[in-house]
Amino acid sequence: MIFAAILAGGSGSRMGNIEKPKQFLTLGSKPILIHTIEKFSIVNSFEKIIVLTPKNFLSHTKDLIKKYIEDSDNIVVIEGGNLRNDTIMNAIDYINDNFQIDDDSIIVSHDSVRPFVTYRIIEENIEFCKEYGACDTVIPATDTIVESNKDNKISAIPLRDNLYQGQTPQTFKINKLAKLYKNINDDDKNKLTDACKIFVLNNEDVYLVNGDVTNIKITYPYDLKVADAILKDQV
Amino acid sequence: MINNVYRLKSPKLFDKVYTEIDINSDIIARPTYLSICKADQRYYQGERESEILDEKLPMALIHEGIGKIIKDNSYEFKPGDNVIFIPNNPTDSDEYISSNYLKSSKFKGSSEDGFTSDLISFKKDRILKLPDNFNLETSAFLELVSVAIHGINKFKKIAHNKKDVLGVWGDGNMGFIVSLLLKNIFPDSKIIVFGKHFENLNRFSFVDEVYKINEIPENLAIDHGFECVGSAASQKAINQIINLSNPEATISLFGVSEYPVSINTRLILEKGLIFFGISRSEREDFIEVINLLNAKPEIISYLNNLITEVIEVRSLKDLTNAFEKDYKNSFGKTVLKWMI
Repeated sequence: MIFAAILAGGSGSRMGNIEKPKQFLTLGSKPILIHTIEKFSIVNSFEKIIVLTPKNFLSHTKDLIKKYIEDSDNIVVIEGGNLRNDTIMNAIDYINDNFQIDDDSIIVSHDSVRPFVTYRIIEENIEFCKEYGACDTVIPATDTIVESNKDNKISAIPLRDNLYQGQTPQTFKINKLAKLYKNINDDDKNKLTDACKIFVLNNEDVYLVNGDVTNIKITYPYDLKVADAILKDQV
Repeated sequence: MINNVYRLKSPKLFDKVYTEIDINSDIIARPTYLSICKADQRYYQGERESEILDEKLPMALIHEGIGKIIKDNSYEFKPGDNVIFIPNNPTDSDEYISSNYLKSSKFKGSSEDGFTSDLISFKKDRILKLPDNFNLETSAFLELVSVAIHGINKFKKIAHNKKDVLGVWGDGNMGFIVSLLLKNIFPDSKIIVFGKHFENLNRFSFVDEVYKINEIPENLAIDHGFECVGSAASQKAINQIINLSNPEATISLFGVSEYPVSINTRLILEKGLIFFGISRSEREDFIEVINLLNAKPEIISYLNNLITEVIEVRSLKDLTNAFEKDYKNSFGKTVLKWMI
């Protein structure tokens, strides 16, 4: 079985003074979250699309889906967690409570604020995960990345050819992800900004799917301006 | 829903843009194999008049292609079904005029965006399921075969019954397809192909005779002619057809020319010749192609030989390279495996 988890748990603290979490801001004619859910709703292989949202926005999220998405039978809205990986684990708990999954069952996790994801990227995530067990969507780094461990000084400049910028979806075999997560101590859990790191910390392979430079994450007010501009340009 | 569309912005320059497609359309499909047509090349190379380029670009190119069903709100297909796209998109109907020639009809890659996009929405009658045994790469250019069928059907309706010798001018893709279909549909007729390039003519192993246009035997005459040359060369071809045609022959014009063509009207009048043009096909022509290829799979094997290159397209750079490579080929079809 294949599931999608749309991670809309963020509170939008980096979005300046805007009170609404960024996934509910309007892009073009619809909330960002709806654009993102639409991309997943046309993919036939999903048993369920699980939208994880802050507790205070559960009803609002359900209302939006009802309003904008005609065929929403396979979409469910549940509460997200405090941290990104708590949110993914909430999705896995929901899956285990409601479905009989096996070791080949897959979860495709995606940021709700990346509405420009393409069908090709989602499809390749599913294909790569079926074959390799875990995959991450990336694009080659274009800027030089500088590492600094202390004192505002450069400690290393890693070779750019080996560096990629992580995007989403990130896709995993569900049982394996849950098992590996349990292996990690609480200290490391708190430092996890990325679900793929659960695999990396356990010395497990994660394969790369080619992302797209326009699969941007709408994090800052500037990103929303960019997203609005590229959409308005043609619509 | 946000959709990525890859448009030709100006000659030789593709650009990615975003449009919205209705998630509740009858059908949402994803292109899988596309094929470059001469018409696409004329836009890409900037060979159309500048007023036309200004009017039409930016526009996504390509009107020959197949894809798979992603979402079907019409419940006539299954997700994953391989389907062929019909590029003509009627907005009106007419009692007398076929919708592929109505001015109000839209056409992919000409009056609206072509197939180079992440997803495409269709009305349910604008796609047809491909039989499971069809080669997908070859199916990418069945639109061209449907135009040939459309022309041959028109010929059947208009031409008199003496069809002993049928002459096809042009040793390119269209000449190949038209002569291949003529040989199958009129097995008792002698099919003769006239071309300029001996290398190309050698590929027409299924016809009765081939001649270089400057080495035609004296006294050779045809009952009906098919012009598949196009461009500036079509003038010479059409006048040669007029010269070699028996009285009351029909002459089917398939070739596109950007230039006004001067032809020998005196001889047309004297012989009572009938000219007609063919450029676009409709749903029934696609159905007929599928039925014909199902009944005669050997046609598919000949069509397979037309493919000169299958290029995987994962980026705009790949798309540009595909158009550049295609332009260098004097014969054959470039097929794009759409992976962008």
